[in-house]
Amino acid sequence: MSEFWILLTGSLVAGCCGILGVFLVLRKMAMIGDAISHSVMPGIVIAFLLSGSRDSLLMMLAALAFGLLTTFLIQMFQQSGIQSDASIGVVFTALFAIGVVLVSLFARQVHLDQDAILYGEIAYVHWNLWELGGISMGPKAVWLLGFTLIVISAVIGLFYKQFKLCAFDPALAAAIGIPVALFHYLLMGLVSMATVSSFESVGAILVVGMLIIPASTAYLLTERLGVMIGLSVAAGVASTFIGYGAAVLLDASIAGCMVCASALLFVAAFLFSPTQGIVAKKLRMRRLAS
Amino acid sequence: MAAPPLSVKGLSVAYQKKPVLRNVSFNVTEGELIGVIGPNGAGKSTLMKAALGLIPSIAGEVLVYGKPYKQQRKLIGYVPQRESVDWDFPTNALDVVLMGRYGHLGWFRRPGAKEKALAMECLAKVGMADFAGRQISQLSGGQQQRVFLARALAQDAKLYFMDEPFAGVDAATEKAIITLLQELKKQGKTVIVVHHDLATVQDYFDSVLLLNVELQAYGPTAETFTQERLQQTYGGRLAFLDRSHQPSSPAGKEG
Repeated sequence: MSEFWILLTGSLVAGCCGILGVFLVLRKMAMIGDAISHSVMPGIVIAFLLSGSRDSLLMMLAALAFGLLTTFLIQMFQQSGIQSDASIGVVFTALFAIGVVLVSLFARQVHLDQDAILYGEIAYVHWNLWELGGISMGPKAVWLLGFTLIVISAVIGLFYKQFKLCAFDPALAAAIGIPVALFHYLLMGLVSMATVSSFESVGAILVVGMLIIPASTAYLLTERLGVMIGLSVAAGVASTFIGYGAAVLLDASIAGCMVCASALLFVAAFLFSPTQGIVAKKLRMRRLAS
Repeated sequence: MAAPPLSVKGLSVAYQKKPVLRNVSFNVTEGELIGVIGPNGAGKSTLMKAALGLIPSIAGEVLVYGKPYKQQRKLIGYVPQRESVDWDFPTNALDVVLMGRYGHLGWFRRPGAKEKALAMECLAKVGMADFAGRQISQLSGGQQQRVFLARALAQDAKLYFMDEPFAGVDAATEKAIITLLQELKKQGKTVIVVHHDLATVQDYFDSVLLLNVELQAYGPTAETFTQERLQQTYGGRLAFLDRSHQPSSPAGKEG
């Protein structure tokens, strides 16, 4: 049974991250995803300190607040003339460091494992169960991720055309009256949610891999946005299964193997994509030359 | 008298304290093709973006048919500079044109068969119907520009802003754009175009607006597009314009 829960958890992470990752990659904001995934850490720790437990809802709210704060600070620094990559670097390392300090100060009291935040432990997912009236409802992480996936799908589905136009041509979007800033913060809020729901299973660092790598793989394989989202999720789910299989064989970190598998799929797409792959390009060149 | 399509009063814009537009005022006449001319950094694109509310202005007022821009969005079509978007975006030509309908669709509706038919019509008007399903990165620069124009047509506006539609396009596209501008004019629409090529100004536009941070001159092309006014606008950096006095030597403007 544990196997089933691990694979389901991993697939849900892939779903949440795969959908959002597409928009991050297309808006050239992959590094902002990275920044948010790190800077929600103080939020997680503060929520933990306040409640004394891994109360998911409070953590979600705290992470959301810090995710939006990160987005706001990065934008504020950029607008006052600091280079965009430098402002991302300043904001997320500073907030992450605050999180590290908080963990080291209070970890003994509240039992929050630094490693668990950074690397996650998907293998323990099925031990942390949600009980309702004495009946076990399954792992908490699955419920949390499932809820997050529903929210993400609903928001992106409902406002698909707005997110698409904001990603492709923000100037036109603003000109026809789409509140571009609102959708920017909405996307960043969703990324914060996805990060905090995923961190328990894959950790704050590897979640970036699940956000960016499957989306980049999908980018190489299609020329339609809708298909790209589907492929991104599919690549993430495939990484989960391959990664889990490899982890069992090698007796290695499951989350680590999942992201490695995801990277392998990316390399495969990079080499063998029918339109943009290196091999296809070489073949076309040769055909042109002959 | 009806309100003019565009009325700008005392518009000033600054980027980080440096003024980019200073106290610009003018009224646009309905049904005209208007060229906005000026040197690099004169604030031509800024004027458009500020009029569209894309960037904040520090002073001034912009009225579209007598009302603030925000109430008149559906009357306005916008063609941004081609380089302003990423043409590797995973989408095709028809889809980009459909984006022109988003403003009319409201918050939740998605483009349907009716919108698709209209978008196809717009693509046909710019001679791009055969490329509807083509991934946009596989189009030439001129074709991309035409897709942008088709998208503006799909906006079905009365007042159009076009930011350098002629920049870096092939002769066929230039011709297609001009035909389209004439067509829009015939339908009584007003088109404001940021333009770079001084040689074609007299052929293309009814009125010109000469801009260099401040408004230098605005009026009918025949009276406004003069040697003297241009020298004033470009600050004497325009030797090559002396077509009548200068032999057409290959020295040209590179010198």
